[in-house]
Amino acid sequence: MNLELTAEHREIREMVRKFAEEEIAPVAAEHDRTREFPIESVRKCAELNLMGAMVAERYGGSGLDTVSYTLIIEELSRACASTGVIVSVNNSLFCHPVEKFGSEDQKRRFLEPHAKGEKIGCFCLSEPEAGSDAGNQRTTAARRGDVYVLNGTKNFITNGVAADTALVFATTDRAKKHHGISAFLIEKGTPGFRLGKDEVKLGITCSGSVEMVFEDCPVPAANRLGEEGMGFKIAMNTLDGGRIGIAAQAVGIARACLEESTHYARERQAFGKPISEFQAIQFMLADMATEVDAARLLTHRAAWTKDQGGRFSLEASQAKLFASEVAMRSAVKAVQIFGGYGYMNDYPVERYFRDAKITEIYEGTSEIQRLVIASSLLKD
Amino acid sequence: MDFSLSDEQRLLRDTVREYVAREVMPEAGKLDGAGEFPARAVRGLAEMGLLGMTIPESYGGAGLDSLSAAMAIEEIARGSASLAVTVSVTNSVCAGPIARFGTEDQRRRYLPRLAKGEILGGFSLTEPDSGSDAAHLRARARRAGDFYLLDGDKAWVTNVQVGHLFVLIAATDPASGARGLTAFLVEKSFPGFAFGKIEDKMGLRSSLTGGIQLQECRVPVSNRLGEEGQGFKIAMATLDGARIGIGAQAVGIARGALEEALAFARQRKAFGQSISRFQAIQFMLADMATAIEAARLLVQRAAHLRDRGDVPTTAEASKAKLFATEMVNRVAYQAVQIHGACGYSREYPVERYFRDARVTTIYEGTSEIQRLVIARKLLESCS
Repeated sequence: MNLELTAEHREIREMVRKFAEEEIAPVAAEHDRTREFPIESVRKCAELNLMGAMVAERYGGSGLDTVSYTLIIEELSRACASTGVIVSVNNSLFCHPVEKFGSEDQKRRFLEPHAKGEKIGCFCLSEPEAGSDAGNQRTTAARRGDVYVLNGTKNFITNGVAADTALVFATTDRAKKHHGISAFLIEKGTPGFRLGKDEVKLGITCSGSVEMVFEDCPVPAANRLGEEGMGFKIAMNTLDGGRIGIAAQAVGIARACLEESTHYARERQAFGKPISEFQAIQFMLADMATEVDAARLLTHRAAWTKDQGGRFSLEASQAKLFASEVAMRSAVKAVQIFGGYGYMNDYPVERYFRDAKITEIYEGTSEIQRLVIASSLLKD
Repeated sequence: MDFSLSDEQRLLRDTVREYVAREVMPEAGKLDGAGEFPARAVRGLAEMGLLGMTIPESYGGAGLDSLSAAMAIEEIARGSASLAVTVSVTNSVCAGPIARFGTEDQRRRYLPRLAKGEILGGFSLTEPDSGSDAAHLRARARRAGDFYLLDGDKAWVTNVQVGHLFVLIAATDPASGARGLTAFLVEKSFPGFAFGKIEDKMGLRSSLTGGIQLQECRVPVSNRLGEEGQGFKIAMATLDGARIGIGAQAVGIARGALEEALAFARQRKAFGQSISRFQAIQFMLADMATAIEAARLLVQRAAHLRDRGDVPTTAEASKAKLFATEMVNRVAYQAVQIHGACGYSREYPVERYFRDARVTTIYEGTSEIQRLVIARKLLESCS
């Protein structure tokens, strides 16, 4: 047992940390304010080969392990949680399922440009009336000769405004419930596929979340990912990996809260001394530091377990549940340490507070993670 | 990076787990009720080499690394937290500082006997009026020829009565505060040494805790551990390691609470079904399991870094101890809640786990002391 990073891991972390500090952090507040998708940041991430971090090199990826991937997402999210999730979605929720379940032809057409970051991907599972209960899909896909015709609405689609390709889940046989769901790769510009309303959000404001509408949208059968009826399995497998990315995002946000708070507490004077000299402040910092470390260890354990090739659903759910709740608690404490300034957008902790909340909700709410964990405990 | 256990670690864990299930768990509740020391299990663990786990093999110990020792403590605590603290104390706060700071003569005299379990050890820093503020203790030691004469009252010492040897801290230069403290190896047979009353405690009822009274207690100069004035440093370095052990103890108690709660939730019926089918119960179980994993990782990280030996581990040990001990209190609380009224009854072990958990946030540095340590390191690191 050795819980330390390898030299290669540390090198990747330093590289992304420097990049995020120089290129991502300086524009984070502005993008948060304008809600404008940070396409320039995505291009720069692509130049560093971060958009297909775990994809095999022969498909244009970097061939890194999952532990490295968590380091990348943590560093990006520490600077800008929106950028963290944008990169995470392209990696975990688009490239991963295409690489794992795609045909050779699909990998050539879709995986390579997305792994290189020439194109941006998104993942469309949620619907206005199907969130945690993802098996209850209303979007339909009807086979007509060489195409499937899709009808339905997807919402809360991260990267949606900028996406070139959408991985869309729809039911091909509603009577079969979960087993009647199939997955499709749908390109921007396909007739009958349009963006719906822009989602105005509490946090991660510039991650391009949007509604997506499919009206008699014909999708070539060659773009079906996996077999008919495999969609739910693909979605769940994909989310297992996605959860590791969100756990890493949460660790990044929590660490940013801790670092900003520590810095501020040393500077801010009250009652004749820096507030860092009061136990009330010290104890909040100590709890944050302890929980950030624990969250990161759970995240690395989940990533390492995935890298060993075995099952990792339990580890991913534990990491995601714990890290996202740590991010939220850390943000609450950070705002408290900053006092009135924490409530103002002059300081980044106000943004961290808003950004942290989503980590407890997307890619499986905390409640879904607890169900996954409990069912694993009770199965033995 | 590697989260897996080695074959030796797995073997150790499985061996201790099997022994605890067979020999410790069946009698733990009865011993707790009677406030009786688990002498038989202590002998059994001594035969397995677990009373000198981290003592080097050249002194008769098992020569385990901190990581393996933490695993063994977790397994023992899963069955009996009292037994775990008995073992942890003799290993990490008695044998540990002798191995690290002792002279060759001191190591030869004491370590093989501790390792074999011929004698048990303890550690004595706390006094009736000085707990967290350890530098301001009152026990005095003055040099008289080849001896030191020690005077004062020590409190809350684990392994009293059954312990033979205590690493004891007293002031040789009271005016110098922390820098005036010195560590001594004090045997119970030394003239002027007496045990005080055994404390009647909420939990850990089969570990023996009490006071030590020193009245001109004659300690040979050859039993001074380290130099004069090094006592505080020795105590703090010792507690760093001990905190990892207490973290492991907390993880073990919590695992016991979770395992009992899972078994109970499966078999207990309410509203026509097993209560494990209700989300209210499932969510408690999920939170318990997640927090236990997080705590174990913090303990393992601290132990791993300590085994490396070339990096400071004070903050990591404090984080492990703080998180694991706060965690076990929540987990034990939830385990009692899941058991309902049965959890309040001594017929079920979670009642004992709940009481045993409580002290872990207090001894070997309260949670408040851990937070001070962590905050200080954090604020230093970014200055």
